[in-house]
Amino acid sequence: MNIELRQPDVGQKTRLKVIDVDIHPKSAMEDLQPYLAKRWWDHYKTFGARTRQGFLKGFPYPKSQPFASRRDSWPPGGGLPASDLNFMKQQYLDLYPIEYAIMNPLSPTGQGDQNDEFSAAMAVAANEFQLDGWHERDGRLLASVVVPYEDGEASRAEIRRRAGDKRFAHVLLKSRTNELLGKRRYWPIYEAAVEAGLPVGIHVFGTSGRPASNTGWPSFYIEDMTEHASCCQAQVVSLILEGVFERYPDLKIVMVEAGFAWMPPLGWRMDKHWKTLKSEVPHLKRAPSEYLREHFWVSTQPMEEAEEPDHLMETMTWVGFDHIMFASDYPHWDFDDPLLALPPALDQERRSKVLSENARALYRLD
Amino acid sequence: MTTAAIDCDVHPQVPNLKALAPYLEPYWRDSFTERGIPGFESNSYPPNVPLSVRADFKGKDHPATDVTRLSAQVFDRLKAETAICNCLYGVELIFSEDMALAVARAVNDWIAKEWLDRDPRLRASIVVPTQNVEFAVSEIERCAQDKRFVQVVLLAMQESPLGRRHWWPIFAAAERHGLPIGIHPGSTYRHSLTSLGWPTFYLEDYVAYAQAFQSQLTSLISEGAFAKFPGLKVVLIESGVTWLPGFLWRISKFWRGVRAEVPWVDRSPAEIVRDHVRLTITPFDAPDDADTIRRIIDQLRSDELLLYASDFPHWQFDGESAMPPGLPEGLARKILVENPLATYPRLKEAVS
Repeated sequence: MNIELRQPDVGQKTRLKVIDVDIHPKSAMEDLQPYLAKRWWDHYKTFGARTRQGFLKGFPYPKSQPFASRRDSWPPGGGLPASDLNFMKQQYLDLYPIEYAIMNPLSPTGQGDQNDEFSAAMAVAANEFQLDGWHERDGRLLASVVVPYEDGEASRAEIRRRAGDKRFAHVLLKSRTNELLGKRRYWPIYEAAVEAGLPVGIHVFGTSGRPASNTGWPSFYIEDMTEHASCCQAQVVSLILEGVFERYPDLKIVMVEAGFAWMPPLGWRMDKHWKTLKSEVPHLKRAPSEYLREHFWVSTQPMEEAEEPDHLMETMTWVGFDHIMFASDYPHWDFDDPLLALPPALDQERRSKVLSENARALYRLD
Repeated sequence: MTTAAIDCDVHPQVPNLKALAPYLEPYWRDSFTERGIPGFESNSYPPNVPLSVRADFKGKDHPATDVTRLSAQVFDRLKAETAICNCLYGVELIFSEDMALAVARAVNDWIAKEWLDRDPRLRASIVVPTQNVEFAVSEIERCAQDKRFVQVVLLAMQESPLGRRHWWPIFAAAERHGLPIGIHPGSTYRHSLTSLGWPTFYLEDYVAYAQAFQSQLTSLISEGAFAKFPGLKVVLIESGVTWLPGFLWRISKFWRGVRAEVPWVDRSPAEIVRDHVRLTITPFDAPDDADTIRRIIDQLRSDELLLYASDFPHWQFDGESAMPPGLPEGLARKILVENPLATYPRLKEAVS
């Protein structure tokens, strides 16, 4: 698993371009300190980050390796994986033909904190540091608008603050929100995102404060991972059935790191029962699967692996090859290599769409 | 349709609490009257929701509250030869363990007397008080003496995932008696109906059961229930079908990545599911075109997974057959007859 990386084939390198929609540069709280008011720095030093789970350090379901990261991703000069730009260039950005990579910071960002005001202050700091600490040092790294999503109004304010700034690629939510994302309390996020012309990325993880399944708390990390798909299914259903896309027809959603094989069957299931129950949702003008097909994009890693390769190709066809975008998830342990991870059966045209062109169109990257 | 079809999911309906009175101990009968308890019908299937009762199954009232009307539809009209009753009453929702046991016993006795005694083509699942695993096991032991009970039925949304070890005595009892564990939509309402809180619409509630079934399989596999109980069979009833391939690809991939965490899972989850898990075919949550259906069936990679069910009286299909279009003849026969017989050993046993 931990073999030394060699320079990939140069011929391939010159032909292919890669836009990676999910990497995780790591910042420390100390990096964010200059952007935080003393009140919030003191709050952090005294009370800490208070996400909706029990452990002071670490995760409810311990990962399979430290920081869920590749064991070879720890910078030789010290610090956490993906905290050192030069090493990240050497190991990833320069090793592959990366044109752009979208940063989805996971922590520390204050997202999902019990304290909404702290969450809002942290979002501003996380966004400033993405620019100063990363983008300005390497223009390939595009930022996400981290928003304090449990507070719709504060989120709207943060999106408006970043509107028109081309250094930001999308608005970033985590998938485990305290309530379903179709609920009205989250609509200011969509309104502001549409105003700003930004897609909304929903990256898996977060702490909702609720059991990870609708049948209670599981025991294992493998379940925690598997349940991201069930959580994302609930989010997609909620967004569609609540009529979010009727209200915001220009809204585009990117499901990040959620897999996608669950998506076509979810559309079929919604359609099947919508036919029987449509009197309950008269605000929907079309079959649920049509909103799904039109308004949602997916990222590849960790893409499901069928036992028979043809089956995965069928499922990708059902999702739509124009809505699938490559993600590496660098520096995490289940990293996908841009040159090796996509199914060999993908022809050049589809490969190019997935590796770069779909993202180029969605994010309007020139 | 062949006339030998085995319908693995029909729903007798407890008409009201009074119907159970003869089967309740006097203390509970009196208590329910004294306290003015209106009954324990679950909110999972509100009676006027179109999905709960198909319009043309209705007569002047509910088509599944007595055996004559149910049999007329399930056997005469839909041409089944045998049918398994899954009684959805809110036993599992009750908060008092003692009350739950009393109502579970009453429901099972009511099913035996008012349904199984009156139509020899009917079989039934044992309803158990999942609030207390010891009580549940005792109810399985009691009912298993009657060979017309062919399965134990549990709700899809529980207080804790069904693989968790505290559930295992139920699996041991089921395995001992040759009873598959059926898991059926329905919630104990101990948690919100999605893992992210309460949805707005009934349509969301019902769609969310597919997530609960995925979570239950994840739990049963990860906790090692199938390694511990090699004879354990699980039937996902009314679960939908088309989510299964993608789910198996996902969990099998993750198992390859982090299997050190669950060393008792000693083979791919996809293989485990094909050996131990079956799904009823209704509702078949796919587009109507035969080509897509053929591809989905191909993705299942087994002709033994699916069991025929009408889900009577729920409105899941129109016309006279719940079978999806375009199935090859051989597969249809397996779904209608052979797979149910292979899944429920008690269907083949002579009933004394």
